[in-house]
Amino acid sequence: MSVEVLRAGVLTTVQDLGRYGMQRFGVPVSGAMDAYSLQVANRLVGNDAGAAVLEITLAGPLLKFHTDILVAVCGGDLSPMIGGKPMPMRRPVRISRGSQLVFGECVAGCRAYLAIEGGIDVPEVLGSRSTYVRAAIGGVNGRALKSGDRLVTAITDQQRFANLRDTPTYARDGFAAPHWSVQVNPERFVQQPQEIRFVAGRHWETLTAAARSSFTKEIFQVGPASDRMGYRLEGAHLEGTNAESTELGSVASEAMAFGTIQLPADGNPIVLMADRQTIGGYPRVGEVASVDLSLLAQLKPGDTLSFRRIALSEAQELMHLQELALAQISEAVQTRLQQ
Amino acid sequence: MIDVNSDSIGLSFSPLGDRALLLELGDHADVSIISRVRALAEHLGEQQLPGVLDLVPALYTLGVHYEPEIWRDDTGQHSPYEMLVSGIQKILPDLASLTVTEGRFYEIPVCYEGEYSEDLASLALAHDLAPEQVVAIHSASEYTVYMLGFAPGFAYLGQLDERLVCPRRETPRACVPAGSIAVANQYTGIYPAPLPGGWHIIGRTPLQLFDLSRDQPSLFSAGDRVKFVPVSAARFRELESAQS
Repeated sequence: MSVEVLRAGVLTTVQDLGRYGMQRFGVPVSGAMDAYSLQVANRLVGNDAGAAVLEITLAGPLLKFHTDILVAVCGGDLSPMIGGKPMPMRRPVRISRGSQLVFGECVAGCRAYLAIEGGIDVPEVLGSRSTYVRAAIGGVNGRALKSGDRLVTAITDQQRFANLRDTPTYARDGFAAPHWSVQVNPERFVQQPQEIRFVAGRHWETLTAAARSSFTKEIFQVGPASDRMGYRLEGAHLEGTNAESTELGSVASEAMAFGTIQLPADGNPIVLMADRQTIGGYPRVGEVASVDLSLLAQLKPGDTLSFRRIALSEAQELMHLQELALAQISEAVQTRLQQ
Repeated sequence: MIDVNSDSIGLSFSPLGDRALLLELGDHADVSIISRVRALAEHLGEQQLPGVLDLVPALYTLGVHYEPEIWRDDTGQHSPYEMLVSGIQKILPDLASLTVTEGRFYEIPVCYEGEYSEDLASLALAHDLAPEQVVAIHSASEYTVYMLGFAPGFAYLGQLDERLVCPRRETPRACVPAGSIAVANQYTGIYPAPLPGGWHIIGRTPLQLFDLSRDQPSLFSAGDRVKFVPVSAARFRELESAQS
């Protein structure tokens, strides 16, 4: 039940679905950048959808497993390998005691999610295991992993996935995995520019017509200073706003959401991500549709994107369909592993 | 209990993406609107609406983060947003009769001297005041915690005496020390941790504003009342070592 970190990677953190209930004290939600991949990975190893996993960024870690255990990797393709062989993604993988899992080249996307059977057992801080590095809250002592760390997982019912444990469909040195996997649409995943859907916010009408038009027509690039807190977009400057209240590019601070698109005075939009501040005082263009946050979170500096406006009701319906898809995946995995 | 009654009380809803909404209770920040935002946050909190994850009070808005799946309309006629808006409207109290629990009162020791008050002299100069006058003015008023944000436990306090109102520094600092008391626009802010910041630093408190080892990590909640009490550098160091 323990995993040893031999090499940490550039930014490997423990994340779950986020820390809610503390935003009124200024505590950011944090949580996975690509929450969809986190949930699928968890379902594949029989965890609750929101169990704590490793979020692995760009250049991943080298991990040694000290027990036989089920794992799954979803999200960006960072070339996971076990014993020199590619580890298949988006399916449960039984990794053998003593095996090493290493991440290599970043092939598609930039964040991979490694779920481990039982979930990573770090203490809950303010209701969540997510790491918020800036204020040293949650995860492993409030920080990203470093070499020498040992991760422990919660004990699970060993019979839960008897089928996979006893009769793996194919086996290699160090691991075994079934042939099936959760489907993804790889073209959509690596598309450039990535089309990101958004819902207009209450300051949308105060933007100039030119700014509204460039926002939906231009192609943006993810800037180099983008991180878990926010994506700084470059490429098209949006000329300010009409409203007098937004003089100097600021309005009265108010609550912000994951995916809020801010427009500071310099005209370069910033999309607020998982580690965003709880309130903000820039005019808002709108919010990225939640279903597209996973796609956005997989873009890295230099990648391109464009925006398409959709209605709020459509965004919420898309989210509902995603919930249904997650439930179906969960059910299918249970059926296959328990028969 | 204090009354947050006001003559004209408007309330409007707007979406904040597909998983949050904003309740707007006015169009400017004043003490009565801020109290009303807080009273409404308390009321909605007590009602324990299903699927509501966070209530985030700000100057004249209340952010409500929710799970749309919980507010799905099985008939398909209304969006989760519309369902939640009508759910909130059903339990909305008469805003005029809302009362709010009076916030706690804190006396916060502040050293306005030397190394702890880097921008005091320049701020005094800009307002044509002596540094002692700035300290006297700043420590004379009672402040209200308007909201918390920017960082865990970072409190925005108002209302700053008009004689001290000033825009932010042109060049923000990369790191403002923890405990710094700083002013900008109509606010006083207290830095709970070392953070970047563009406000004018006029003093420092030895108190821990945000401490994960406490049951309630944040010293302040919105609505708390604060008075700043000037202390000497020697007293500051005493209090600081008593904390650790």
